[in-house]
Amino acid sequence: MTPAEPRATTPEAVPETTPSQPMSTKTGATANGAASGNGRAGSSGPAREPWTNACHRARLHVVTGKGGTGKTTVAAALALTLATEGRRVLLVEVEERQGIARLFDVPPLPYEERKVAVATGGGEVRALCIDVEAALLEYFQIFYGLGFAGRSLKKMGAVEFATTLAPGLRDVLLTGKVKETVTRLGSDNKLVYDSVVMDAPPTGRVVTFLGVTGAMSDIARRGPIHSQAEGVVRLLHSADTIVHLVTLLEDMPVTETLEAIEHLRDADLPVGTIIVNAATVSRLPSASLKPASENRLDKSRLAAGLAQGGITADDAVLDGLAAQAAEHAIRVLDEADCREQLVATGLPILSLPRLVDGGDLGGVYELADRLAEQGVT
Amino acid sequence: MSKRVLDLGPILRDRKTRVVVTCGSGGVGKTTTAASMALWAADAGRKVAVLTIDPAKRLAQALGLEALDNDPRRVDVELADPKGELWAMMLDTARTFDEMVGAHSTPERAKAILANPFYKVISTSFSGTQEYMAMEKLSTLAATDQFDLIVVDTPPSRSALDFLDAPQRLSSFLDGRMIRLLSAPTRGVMKIVGAGFTLFSKAVTTVLGGQMLHDAAQFVQLFEDMFGGFRERAQHTYELLRAPGTAFVVVSICEADSLREASYFADRLRAERMPLAGLILNRTHPPLAKLPLPAAEVAQEKIERSAPLAAAVLGIHTDRLAVRAAELHMRARFDRVHTDLPVVEVAALASDAHDLPALREIGRRMTAA
Repeated sequence: MTPAEPRATTPEAVPETTPSQPMSTKTGATANGAASGNGRAGSSGPAREPWTNACHRARLHVVTGKGGTGKTTVAAALALTLATEGRRVLLVEVEERQGIARLFDVPPLPYEERKVAVATGGGEVRALCIDVEAALLEYFQIFYGLGFAGRSLKKMGAVEFATTLAPGLRDVLLTGKVKETVTRLGSDNKLVYDSVVMDAPPTGRVVTFLGVTGAMSDIARRGPIHSQAEGVVRLLHSADTIVHLVTLLEDMPVTETLEAIEHLRDADLPVGTIIVNAATVSRLPSASLKPASENRLDKSRLAAGLAQGGITADDAVLDGLAAQAAEHAIRVLDEADCREQLVATGLPILSLPRLVDGGDLGGVYELADRLAEQGVT
Repeated sequence: MSKRVLDLGPILRDRKTRVVVTCGSGGVGKTTTAASMALWAADAGRKVAVLTIDPAKRLAQALGLEALDNDPRRVDVELADPKGELWAMMLDTARTFDEMVGAHSTPERAKAILANPFYKVISTSFSGTQEYMAMEKLSTLAATDQFDLIVVDTPPSRSALDFLDAPQRLSSFLDGRMIRLLSAPTRGVMKIVGAGFTLFSKAVTTVLGGQMLHDAAQFVQLFEDMFGGFRERAQHTYELLRAPGTAFVVVSICEADSLREASYFADRLRAERMPLAGLILNRTHPPLAKLPLPAAEVAQEKIERSAPLAAAVLGIHTDRLAVRAAELHMRARFDRVHTDLPVVEVAALASDAHDLPALREIGRRMTAA
């Protein structure tokens, strides 16, 4: 196995933090509107601080979101933010997609905790991709001394069979392993991880996933897995756990987010923040949004303005620019509607900008900085 | 760019095209794309059904889909060619599975299966069931010959092409070998798998409980005679997908993760010799104004104070050029790997598409090639 020691210490893409002027080629099109205003890292701050005391207190951060909202990237950024000032954070993946490895540009993660990144100030992020089969065999080994036979059973499909038969077993195993990492003590008798960030299943499935009690009906009433599941239930409903929902400012993800919040609240699971990802920041003054969206900008005035900048624009260019402004304004107004629905939940909202080329490690660091600017610590 | 262009118009209009399947990762606009293609073909005078999986609420309403009903309904829309018809349905996975069971067994046996607690697990949460049932439904609809064209949206697969793999996985799960091993390991079997299995069997029984294994064994027994039928059916669907009247269209947005998936889909479809028509590169941002970046940047800075609105409009333009440059970069990387795959770009709408005019506009952009 290739060593997973990363080259990801200080990627060149980490920008100088310039919250008041978020335009850089890296940030590109849009910047973080709600993000850039207030927020100093670390301060307990004013009442509207999105990173609430409950968020501060929690040690297990569950990050969920509809598919395609950038849940894994945001989870990774959150882990990096939490790892500043020399802290140690574990980033856990439970869907066996190796999204973390791709993001941090390391070889596929084995069922083992590996260092993937170093945070500003010397903290570190480790990553773990939980393999359900391996987790089940680990149990069998611990509780039944069934080590050596494991591999052949796996080959026969016996483990897959058992987890298919009882999908709840799968969730119990996954959350069980997460709980183990949250509560693990080192040889110094101190917690090994300051925080654990879980890249959880998507919003549609997250309540079932975290509602371990339901899953427990799938497994026998006694035995080690059952008692562990009880421990998981206690952890998930304690102040140690908090759930964050990643969304885009678009219809489908917002609707799913609102539904998930309701279900999480019904299940008595603690919701922390809504993390808006890929938000567009208005280039236009708010009074111009509506006219721009209806393509009613005064073109002769626009032409005059451009002329001052040395551009002689013909009608085609003017129409094109106006059409682009219209699309931008419509987008901004739609996003504002979506944001309003989120605000109505009363939950604190963190906001991340859309990155032009954000699917890489530099993007994760940039988003981590943005989170820190909004008080995440 | 010397790339081949995916010309969707002739494909959708061609009477020989009977099935179009869209695939791609989640959140790339697959459902909208499928609906737009269906509307376009209906406007061209064909009788089209679109089979959607999980449409956004407003899109579902636009198609007149208020609830899952598992049968296509005619969409109330005036079409460009009055001979055309547009039908739409939303897949009900569990019900499709029920219908498949009903079609392959006696009423009593079907009743016993539907009542078994495991059936619910398998018919709703076995990974790949949704994909499998989408294809099953396609197969059923195609067999009725009621439509000229069926456009199928596939679920956002967690990995790969589950609709190709699920039938095989499900039948190997249900073929009863494992359950017999677990519930009553016999001597002959033990010789093969070794003593470790007794321990494993015990462990599984402790974890899952004996009752569960008993139910499972009963369930597998009930299913046993249906396997032949299921396999045949899956084979039939597979052949339908490979037939010349089918066209697969991969949908992606211009982002690394999504294109990686698209790449995978394309390779896999080719390996299975499925008729892959090409890639729709969805929601791109070509600039609408011809104004080079350096001039725009210089001017923007110059008029920041004197003409703030014009400066803002220039800012929108330079943002757009930056986005476009990133998109072209991603696309070039993709094209290098898939040199002969036809591609069509569909520029993003300003808003989410949730009404028929928006679907028509997408259809227009999609076929403009």
